[in-house]
Amino acid sequence: MYTFPNKLKVLALSFMLIGLAGLIYGFMSAPKTIEESKAIVAAAAHHGDGHGDAHAAAPVAHTEGHGQEHASAGEHHDAAHDEHVFHQLSNKPWAALYVAAFFFFMIALGTLAFYAIQRAAQAGWSPVLFRVMEGITAYLLPGGLIVIAILAASGLHFNHLFIWMDPEVVAHDKLIAGKTGFLNVPFFLARAVIFLGGWTAYRFISRKYSLAQDEANDDSNHVKNFRWSAGFLVFFIVTESIMSWDWIMSIDPHWFSTLFGWYVFASMFVTGITVIALITIYLKSNGYLEKVNDSHIHDLGKFMFGVSVFWTYLWFSQFMLIWYSNIPEEVTYFITRIEDYNITFFGMIAMNFLFPLLILMNSDYKRTNYFIVMAGIVIVLGHYLDVFNMIMPSAVGDQWFIGVPEIGGFLFFMGLFLYIVFTALTKAPLHAKGDPYMGESERFHY
Amino acid sequence: MSNQVIHALYDDDDTLLSAVKEVRAQKHHIEEIYTPFPVHGLDKAMGLEETRIAIMAFIYGCIGFSVAVLMINYIMIVDWPQNIGGKPSFSFLENMPAFVPVMFEMTVFFAAHLMVITFYLRSRLWPFKAAENPNPLTTDDKFLMEIALHNNAEELTALLKKTGAIDVSIPENKEEA
Repeated sequence: MYTFPNKLKVLALSFMLIGLAGLIYGFMSAPKTIEESKAIVAAAAHHGDGHGDAHAAAPVAHTEGHGQEHASAGEHHDAAHDEHVFHQLSNKPWAALYVAAFFFFMIALGTLAFYAIQRAAQAGWSPVLFRVMEGITAYLLPGGLIVIAILAASGLHFNHLFIWMDPEVVAHDKLIAGKTGFLNVPFFLARAVIFLGGWTAYRFISRKYSLAQDEANDDSNHVKNFRWSAGFLVFFIVTESIMSWDWIMSIDPHWFSTLFGWYVFASMFVTGITVIALITIYLKSNGYLEKVNDSHIHDLGKFMFGVSVFWTYLWFSQFMLIWYSNIPEEVTYFITRIEDYNITFFGMIAMNFLFPLLILMNSDYKRTNYFIVMAGIVIVLGHYLDVFNMIMPSAVGDQWFIGVPEIGGFLFFMGLFLYIVFTALTKAPLHAKGDPYMGESERFHY
Repeated sequence: MSNQVIHALYDDDDTLLSAVKEVRAQKHHIEEIYTPFPVHGLDKAMGLEETRIAIMAFIYGCIGFSVAVLMINYIMIVDWPQNIGGKPSFSFLENMPAFVPVMFEMTVFFAAHLMVITFYLRSRLWPFKAAENPNPLTTDDKFLMEIALHNNAEELTALLKKTGAIDVSIPENKEEA
């Protein structure tokens, strides 16, 4: 049995404390009135930093996202603009919270999908890693509840992350009005609860059979697990897709992309696999998981490499079609990102594609912990930026900054994630000894 | 240099792998192994040198990528700029996203084809070449290990039988016959 080391516990708790402080600071410093917001913007312009310049290009951002609500404002443009910036600034701490909450939730969900694929494929190489994956998916329920709480807070108008939740906006926007059959708060929250309920139920059932298989004399638990996993994957790919429209794409209710579900899936999948590799290497280096050898790490490395390329393929497919066709309501999505988010937008491509491509191409590097950890950290941070780029431009426009609330949000949820995952790892033996494929997995050698 | 060889036939790849380890532990030199499909880990068990084709694949890919960039730049920018969908081809960088599929395909095309050609050259293979495998069963479901003989036929036969060979034979030397 694994015991949660005190050092790590203290580290996780201090991440949470520091992160919480950062988040609270973010909420405290957000403007309460339009006058405060004007003062913040004026101060930023006075310092002559990037935000001042971006502010001059505001009409671009203005036509996008929250801009619609002021389309009729016409002559009151200045006042409307100030109000618009005020909304963006008051969204900022919420968006920082939401990006980090979703990102760590997505890791657990991606890992759950990977785990279900291993179960459904009856993979022979991975049973030694099952308990690590089950540990990571323990974060699914708490992480998901936090995300739903933020969505519910948005539905109750504590923030303006989702502008279609504002009846005032919908009344003046025919496009959103036409979507209210799907995009309305009760149905939206009901969907979220059903999705999370389904995923959590599969996680609970699979974990139960997995533990029962340890002591069993026959393979019946394994077979049941196989069936549930295959069924779950069908449920998952549909619900994951709708979840990505709901939780991310609807922040920008005018824009849509048909491969968005796949794109978000690739992101969560590669991050989940990376985190499995990182936690496995951490446990292994502390003397646990003695059956894991470098061939298992090699396979995880291959998945990290392959899915990173797959993510790039989807990213580029989405980008190129919209860039080429140049339809105004579609292309604003990328224009805001390229103009206002240049560094994070292109930096993310370097981190999620070029770096893993070059460093993980060599077969020997994929067997070396050092390279996997290096590439893994860059991939995890890169996909945080990916979620950042999906949510921030529509929520805060050009007022973004990776400052105290953003880093605080990341640290808080990282601490919570580590705490829950490593607590779950102590609950069961790290070696799933009853799995019928365990022998094959132990001898696994490429 | 002896031209005499001994052939041991196996019917299972796991038996073959352990036999290879056993034979190498007894300091016999394995000339060649014929298998109906690639056996994982056989190259390591035989102590073969690491393949360098991966390095060549990377280099070929880079060549393909460069050829694609030069080609598409000449065709679409230098020689005959066109206005496609309101995107005039006057600058390579501004039109780069449209060229990515071409660059990707050329990279893969060069890497794949040049790798196959390199492999053929290195293994001295060409179309219509007569097959070298001594036993047609190795194209079906059997594995054949070929070991050079140095007047130790009895000892080797006993060893190979012990490792699980289903048949051990010493063929007539065709070149001399």
